[in-house]
Amino acid sequence: MNHIFDLLQFVVYITCLVVLAPPIGSYLAKVFSGEKNILSPVFSKAENGIYRFLRIDSLKEMDWKEYTFALLAFNLMGAILLVVLQLTQQYLPLNPQHLPNVDLFLAINTAVSFITNTNWQAYSGETTVSYLVQMTGLTVQNFLSAATGIAVMIALIRGIAVRKGNSLGNFWVDLTRVTLYLLIPASVILAILLISQGVIQNFLPYANVTTVEGLKQTIPLGPAASQVAIKQLGTNGGGFFNANSAFPFENPTPFSNFLQMLSILLIPASLVFTYGKMLGSKRHAWTIFGVMMFLFLTGLAVSYFSEISGNPIFHTNNIMEGKEARFGIFNSVLWTVATTSASNGSINAWISSLTPLTGLVAMLNIQLGEIIFGGVGSGIYGMLHFILLTVFIAGLMVGRTPEYFGKKIEAYEIKWSILSILLPSVVILFFSALALSVQAGLSGILNKGPHGFSEIIYAFSSGAGNNGSAFAGLNANTSFYNILIAIAMIFGRYGVIIPTLAIAGSLVKKNITPVSAGTFATDNVLFAFLLTSIILIVGALTFFPILSIGPFLEHLLMNLGITF
Amino acid sequence: MSSGKLNIKLFDKKILKQASIDSFKKLNPKYLLKNPVIFIVGIGAALTSAIFISDIFSGMYSSFNLQIALWLWFTVLFANFAEAIAEGRGKAQSENLRKSRTNTMARKLDGEKEIQVSALDLRVNDRVVCLAGEIIPADGEVIEGIASVDESAITGESAPVIRESGGDRSAVTGGTKVLSDRIVIKVTSNPGETYIDKMIALVENAKRKKTPNEIALSILLSGMSIIFLIVVITLKFFLNYYQTTLGQDISVVSVPVLVSLLVCLIPTTIGGLLSAIGISGMDRLLQHNVIAMSGRAVEAAGDIDVLLLDKTGTITLGNRMATEFIPAPGVTEDYLADAAQLASLADETPEGRSIVILAKEKFKIRERHISELNAHFIPFSAQTQMSGVNLLSNEGVPERSIRKGSLEAIKKYFAQEISAGTESQSDYFFSQMIGVDIALAGGTPLIVVENKKILGVIQLKDIVKGGISERFAQLRRMGIKTVMITGDNKLTATAIAAEAGVDDFISEAKPEDKLQRIRDEQSGGKMIGMIGDGTNDAPALAQADVGIAMNSGTQAAREAGNMIDLDSNPTKLIEVVEIGKQLLMTRGALTTFSIANDVSKYFAIIPAITLSLFATKLNNGPLSILNIMHLSTPQSAILSAVIFNAIIIVFLIPLALKGVKYRPESAANILKRNIILYGVGGLLIPFIGIKIIDIILNILKLV
Repeated sequence: MNHIFDLLQFVVYITCLVVLAPPIGSYLAKVFSGEKNILSPVFSKAENGIYRFLRIDSLKEMDWKEYTFALLAFNLMGAILLVVLQLTQQYLPLNPQHLPNVDLFLAINTAVSFITNTNWQAYSGETTVSYLVQMTGLTVQNFLSAATGIAVMIALIRGIAVRKGNSLGNFWVDLTRVTLYLLIPASVILAILLISQGVIQNFLPYANVTTVEGLKQTIPLGPAASQVAIKQLGTNGGGFFNANSAFPFENPTPFSNFLQMLSILLIPASLVFTYGKMLGSKRHAWTIFGVMMFLFLTGLAVSYFSEISGNPIFHTNNIMEGKEARFGIFNSVLWTVATTSASNGSINAWISSLTPLTGLVAMLNIQLGEIIFGGVGSGIYGMLHFILLTVFIAGLMVGRTPEYFGKKIEAYEIKWSILSILLPSVVILFFSALALSVQAGLSGILNKGPHGFSEIIYAFSSGAGNNGSAFAGLNANTSFYNILIAIAMIFGRYGVIIPTLAIAGSLVKKNITPVSAGTFATDNVLFAFLLTSIILIVGALTFFPILSIGPFLEHLLMNLGITF
Repeated sequence: MSSGKLNIKLFDKKILKQASIDSFKKLNPKYLLKNPVIFIVGIGAALTSAIFISDIFSGMYSSFNLQIALWLWFTVLFANFAEAIAEGRGKAQSENLRKSRTNTMARKLDGEKEIQVSALDLRVNDRVVCLAGEIIPADGEVIEGIASVDESAITGESAPVIRESGGDRSAVTGGTKVLSDRIVIKVTSNPGETYIDKMIALVENAKRKKTPNEIALSILLSGMSIIFLIVVITLKFFLNYYQTTLGQDISVVSVPVLVSLLVCLIPTTIGGLLSAIGISGMDRLLQHNVIAMSGRAVEAAGDIDVLLLDKTGTITLGNRMATEFIPAPGVTEDYLADAAQLASLADETPEGRSIVILAKEKFKIRERHISELNAHFIPFSAQTQMSGVNLLSNEGVPERSIRKGSLEAIKKYFAQEISAGTESQSDYFFSQMIGVDIALAGGTPLIVVENKKILGVIQLKDIVKGGISERFAQLRRMGIKTVMITGDNKLTATAIAAEAGVDDFISEAKPEDKLQRIRDEQSGGKMIGMIGDGTNDAPALAQADVGIAMNSGTQAAREAGNMIDLDSNPTKLIEVVEIGKQLLMTRGALTTFSIANDVSKYFAIIPAITLSLFATKLNNGPLSILNIMHLSTPQSAILSAVIFNAIIIVFLIPLALKGVKYRPESAANILKRNIILYGVGGLLIPFIGIKIIDIILNILKLV
């Protein structure tokens, strides 16, 4: 009976996604191209006001180096501001709990985490950072890091669509438009909906209550709803509270749970259609969407069946430990697969408590490069690198210099694409190997054997993949992990952004070759099949060894009844 | 194909022998470094050998390590062998061209004095005299005289060709033989820089420049090698974790085993065959008697979107032929034919000859000898655009004055020489009508006039080459648009274009029109191929992405193009395009194959090295479930994978040399077939191969 409800919810979820994504995508295409749209009457004055106020010349065009420089400088300023806020929160207002200043390494880790759209949280929100830091620091970066990701995607689209140009657009304009026309209105709507469901939004000091058993308990409070909305919509994932969306004040009802799950994938899925629309090929958008959906559903199926098969050690199905007990196993699994696919990182269940195979799927989703819908913007430009590899190999196989939307894919593009695929993988492998070999790393592990192994692999995958979710179990708030994971996050973010913009900068200069019978199509099932194979083969070949001696080994041992 | 083409068997004994020796010579690290993938294998082989040897000194002998080391060396040697054999074949092909060139002596002109020098001492702008029976010592241009030249040494075509100073037939190639007369040539290339030298450089890997797609592919392969290098290095640390924290036995994970895993994962198949593919592409081109100036041009040929072809000689048989006589009212066909023949007797142009022949064949009009007639011939002149004859009476007064020429020329003739009467005017209108009819059918009308009266019209027609429309259809299926360039008027051009089956045409084309068309198409993002021979084609040849100059063409044309067709056969471009496409396809197919192979190798090696993880006294470790091939022992599994990895290179050498078969069809179909063949095939074949090798190893008790 349970399974029927699961299936029903699954169908409703996917239907909502498929129905809502294309129109939102079209709307965004208009916004990003600067065309008139539904919200122009509301925001166009504000938009121009912002440009005037900040003295931005909205007509200035930037080449790829200028665009990249603006982006990096902007993110660096954001990081410095975040660090300073954390290091001085004790002296600043809106700190009713009188939380002390944050430790330097933790502050750096957190700052990097929020500017890179990772939202890895080595800290525990309610006991570490003040309301001021949450609101003016972290939440602001939730908006800006999401906008940064989408800006890169827009620049990339221009690179592909423009014939023999030089400019990728204006970073400040893109950033403003994304924030103004997409992130702010969407967050306001979602926040109101969440508040209606009981997510808290206040500035009160934490409540001290006596529980029914007569124990004293401190209940953390704060302006949660506003941060929760953007944490989901911007694929940030950083919870207001340590327990993230497993905490009732962040996620009180089944409806709020559904809303949050939907908003995890909604914008990344919509951006696929924005991409297709702006490039003039809806079919290409559906092809990419199809590939992403296929990978998503496959992961979901494996996880779900792994969970309902239960654990032979306990001779029972439906093990609820660590899962979202209020909403059931399916909601934990769906959330987990969605949040790891989308580079979101918010959670409503401990991934550590899920079966090993679900953990494997979650890890692989991240390790593939966060391209199954992926982060906002970053999902598309991450996917681009796999598309370029596919186009390159397929182009060779049909005997023609490879092209993508008529732009020739040559050594320069391949070099950067390979680099962007290589860098995060190398970081995951090297840092995990390091952590598993030194005492500073090993001391953070909670469990022995393959489970402890997974804790570390997951941490670095999550950092380099800019996901931000934690496997749980690992004590990552040490200088060792704070620094290594911060580096991993930087490589994972800018190691993909810079190659993407470099490629966009090269493509924008090229002429567009018209389609002929000799060109192969990038908008059909054959291409989808090839792209899926390339993603799986490149991704899986890189991570096959660690996945087999990590979660897969754990799965086998569990079936043999061996635990640690 | 021409008779002189050297047909080299795929595995010629002499070449095999030389290639075997060369594979060892190529072990030189400096040389190996050129190929990063194979270089990594070489380092692995050296490392494994060093471990094996140092083990011996400490009293241990590991047959497993020895076999791994040997097979790793074989992997390197097989890759070298593939390259060497491709080079060998290319060299044999080019030796054939070069043979005649060595030890040639030249008569260099020093002022007006002739001095004997070796051909190797000739420099650009030297002037050289060549007499009948002598070999032309260097590429050059005829600046004085005319001669018939035997070019069979390079083209294989035995019929001699005429080379003369000025005009479009002035270029000569070193190594060809003068058959008659005396010519003076100006040398246009230094020794070592001639076309043949350039071609030879392209089939020798040391001097070969990588093509753009080859560079991109090398980057991809290097990137993958780096990923796998890190995968393998970190794997050791990951396994150590189980040893240090839980005391698991990971002794099987030795350096040779890790090296084996690495070598199996990095794309050695495509890495080992990459240069062989490139060289043999050049070699195939040479077999088709085409000399390419660079590999880049050959690759670009595979990308051509639009092909510009001159009508004459390419689409049609060189010249127009007379096919019909259409008399004016009141004139018999016989009379017209007779007059036309008389007017053409002294006309040595192919058109004139064809009129004489048609009259003879159709009306049995005997060809009269010019001297028998008391005739004064008027040759074709650029001013009048007419030719003809004046038959004189015995007193030397013209009796019959016959002219033939185009409609425009005759009109001018009328306007100048006579005041046209009504009769001739109506005849003129008649011939104009006929002329339009002829032009509509793709022909050219030639008007015959006798004593100011129009006799009728001769229909000259272009004969479209047999089978040409099939070739164009083939190009269309490849996605290539054909554009015919012709000086003909629009009507004629339309008809010929329809008959030949070209997609588009440019009529009344001037040289600058060609150039403009190429620029227009290029700014639209298209890749243009162009075939030409004349000096006026040179700018267009240079502007085109792939310019093929005819060997018979001028020096200017040959320098402007990036390929030279020794056979001067314009439809050769189809083969060139195919070779270009084959080159890319072969690389793509083998890359796909190589990457797909990795899946099976993981399933061979990962269970082998994790066998002891959490093993009990009774059972292997749980990860042995990944041993889906049921390979007998960890050692045999690893060795089988390494052996498969090595010998697959040898098995694929013929494919690398011959290239993946290309059929002109849509990209989607080609892609589908290649994915099934090399992708799915590459996924499945090694599972079978490794299993078979494992069985053999166990039968032979090698592990």
